[in-house]
Amino acid sequence: MTITEVHAPNPAAGDADRPIGYGRIQRKEDPRFVRGKGHYVDDIVLPGMLHGAILRSPVAHARLVSIDTSRALAHPGVVAVITGQDLLGLKLAWAPTLSADVQAVLVTDKVRFQGQEVAFVIAEDRYAARDALELIDVDYDVLTPVIDARHALDPGAPVIRDEIEGRTDNHIFDWEAGNAAETDAVFASADVIVKQEIVYPRSHPAPMETCGAVADFEPIEGALTLYETSQAPHAHRTLFAIVSGIPEHKIRIVSPDIGGGFGNKVGIYPGYILAVVGSIVTGRPVKWVEDRSENLMSTSFARDYIMQGEIAATKEGKILALRTNVLADHGAFNATAQPTKYPAGFFHIFTGSYDLEAAHCKVTGVYTNKAPGGVAYACSFRVTEAVLLVERMVDILARKLEMDPAELRLKNLIKPEQFPYKNKTGWEYDSGNYERALRLSMEMAGYDELRREQKEKRARGELMGIGISFFTETVGAGPRKHMDIVGLGMADGAELRIHPTGKAVVRISVQSQGQGHETTFAQIVAEEIGIPPEDIDVVHGDTDQTPFGLGTYGSRSTPVSGAAVALVARKVREKAKFIAAAMLETRPEDLEWEKGRWFVKGDPSVGKTMAEIAMGAHGTVTLPEGIDGNLDAEVTYDPPNLTFPFGAYICVVDIDPGTGHVKVRRFIAVDDCGTRINPMIIEGQVHGGLTDGVGMALMQFIEFDESGNNLGGSFMDYLIPTAMEVPNWETGFTVTPSPHHPIGAKGVGESATVGSPPAILNAVVDALAPLGVTHMDMPCTPARVWAAMQGRATPPI
Amino acid sequence: MQISMTVNGDEITREIEPRVLLVHFIRDDLRLTGTHWGCDTSNCGTCVVLMDGVPVKSCTVLAAMADGRAITTVEGLASGTTLDPVQQGFMEEHGLQCGFCTPGMMLTARALLDQNPHPDDTEIREAISGQICRCTGYATIVRSVKWAADHPAVEEIAGEEVPA
Repeated sequence: MTITEVHAPNPAAGDADRPIGYGRIQRKEDPRFVRGKGHYVDDIVLPGMLHGAILRSPVAHARLVSIDTSRALAHPGVVAVITGQDLLGLKLAWAPTLSADVQAVLVTDKVRFQGQEVAFVIAEDRYAARDALELIDVDYDVLTPVIDARHALDPGAPVIRDEIEGRTDNHIFDWEAGNAAETDAVFASADVIVKQEIVYPRSHPAPMETCGAVADFEPIEGALTLYETSQAPHAHRTLFAIVSGIPEHKIRIVSPDIGGGFGNKVGIYPGYILAVVGSIVTGRPVKWVEDRSENLMSTSFARDYIMQGEIAATKEGKILALRTNVLADHGAFNATAQPTKYPAGFFHIFTGSYDLEAAHCKVTGVYTNKAPGGVAYACSFRVTEAVLLVERMVDILARKLEMDPAELRLKNLIKPEQFPYKNKTGWEYDSGNYERALRLSMEMAGYDELRREQKEKRARGELMGIGISFFTETVGAGPRKHMDIVGLGMADGAELRIHPTGKAVVRISVQSQGQGHETTFAQIVAEEIGIPPEDIDVVHGDTDQTPFGLGTYGSRSTPVSGAAVALVARKVREKAKFIAAAMLETRPEDLEWEKGRWFVKGDPSVGKTMAEIAMGAHGTVTLPEGIDGNLDAEVTYDPPNLTFPFGAYICVVDIDPGTGHVKVRRFIAVDDCGTRINPMIIEGQVHGGLTDGVGMALMQFIEFDESGNNLGGSFMDYLIPTAMEVPNWETGFTVTPSPHHPIGAKGVGESATVGSPPAILNAVVDALAPLGVTHMDMPCTPARVWAAMQGRATPPI
Repeated sequence: MQISMTVNGDEITREIEPRVLLVHFIRDDLRLTGTHWGCDTSNCGTCVVLMDGVPVKSCTVLAAMADGRAITTVEGLASGTTLDPVQQGFMEEHGLQCGFCTPGMMLTARALLDQNPHPDDTEIREAISGQICRCTGYATIVRSVKWAADHPAVEEIAGEEVPA
């Protein structure tokens, strides 16, 4: 077998840029997946297991007048029907969200979005449970919904959360970052100011596997085992303990193989809680797996930001300042998953990759009659929205100044010598060489040649566009002193054991949804202690088997858990030195390390391998004082700062002037995620994110009509890119290690999702420039592009 | 009602409710959980199985419609311990991440290669265009199918290969 990595030659790549831990190896998880032996939640069958199904509201805003479950209960196979009134008795009708709000588990008073949970049927099989949903009679008193966030704060707007005492409006929060006065002063004296409203429409992560759970409550021990689609099993365990009153040591959360997450599986949904209640009530295990419409209509949406952007610059093209007011639609319950202090996530990295004099952002969150959520879909806690804003504004400025957008960016990018760079809203970027990445992407694209081609095509009336996006991410949250989710500090644990025969098991607190943790984390350990990856088992996803930690989202697995794994391996390596010294009857300070082996300085033939040391640790060697008879260690890693991956993307589109159909012809992506571990996996992460970008830019849109009907409630209506909509990705990389991360890695899971939509959108607007179009909002569907071509571009509300 | 079919070469006969979907029959009755369910509307293709060698979306086929037919699921791709080249190709070229769409993708690829042993990129993309993958961005799936086309017979299962 010969596989060569597909990437552009990187003139800057030297030995320091080599991938670590054996580089491109096949994934350890693949043999089970290609045989159809993955083990997902819906594959679990327990003895006596029942099936649950949720009745959902057909309307967006309504008083619940009555529910009659008698016909459903009489249906053959139905064991129980649970309503909001039943949950009130158990004090489980409302559950805390991840944003200090509460969410109804089942409706008790009022429906607040279409698809909201109204009743839960438990039956002997899934068909009977579904049948019984049709037999529940509900009387709704329909109310006027609030659908357009722009009108949520209007005087007299219906109050969605009227169950909260004293609440008279739909306002959730105001939050700001940067310095308003300084920014205003810079704007006041700037040569050029450009303004634009930019809408990031509501989207949905839509992993292939929907959300689901199997709850198994054992009444004698009072113990709960909950198998669920969770990206954060430990955090879920703590929250379930708080919500249910079941002591935390009696709760075991198991996240088996997860069929994609993308942020969709961070929160705790009513369905999970209902499965638990169902198991407690019936005394039998209960499975609940949502269908696709339930997934799209009720679980965590993404984006939905209306951003008023303003950028100030000199007439020579020096960008001076950026400011924005954002209206954030959070749906009916504030259930965003993000660090407590940051209600708008990390949106305040909207200054992007540019050296500015001043910046200010203000975000206002509002309730609407739509599904809750908001931080989901590989957004790195709202960096997606931030990057779209700044990259559109820079392009619009370039157009105003009649400058090439690449040239304008090159003029304003933060320079390598400015790192660590403190931006104007409080971030400290760890490292970067932005110009190198942008120039590499331009070289790969043949940028000048593309512009020549475009000129020729424009002369013939053809619509060809070239779009650039340069993004800086902020990922790998904590540090814990600044960042927590519902009080749980954002840190992650790792535990490493070397068995007597030299084989290892590493237990991690994060959970893979397809990212390949079983491979990557074994590679990190392999690099540190010299045992090959195939001899290292990675255990994850089971709270009884792994140390505590906050889980996988916000591209934090490699930056946080990856650091924990590197450090625990170093701890074991250090311990091994003392044991090797005892075995060799020498002093530890006389030993030297080479991959996999401690040996006597000056005499490399005398040494002990890790396997020999492991046997020694568990054997009969007299160990030095203070050294336990094992070769194990554990750590919890609290990151000192976030990491800042970055990249330069270039997209080429052709638009059919007759239909408005956008074809992505080429996409060039240069990513810098610091030290690279498995290049094959990195490339896969980037490809997936780029496809998400095509989806968001061209197709995916969770739209509502004025009555609050979700118009994107199935894959017939919510369009996902297939193999026909995406090009063959052209990827390249640079390597700028993070100075504060133990192995220099920065994380890459969300880079492409964050960075690609503005490149595509900029390309579309560039293509339409000859028609006088200066901006349009995503998604660039044929109909919306056609409208823009006619001068009738509309925001996607 | 009673139905009989061949599943991965085995003759089976079962009593079923007439309305049972093929995907549920395969997963719940036969306990072959490699076939997944993803959308209900024939859009995502994670439920694809081969019926008489032709890819079908088993979420929109009644089990009764498979009566007398030959069904191949992902569990039937390998013969004994020898993987189908398509399975090997997906491992070689990183054609999967979460693994959820993978069984359907591989079965479609197998059917394509049976008809067209040397498809080009466009033919592969067209063949899988009725199926969705949320992780890979498709390029590595295309490469995986090409790998299989280039290695029609794989002698034995390769494990994780670690270059020295």
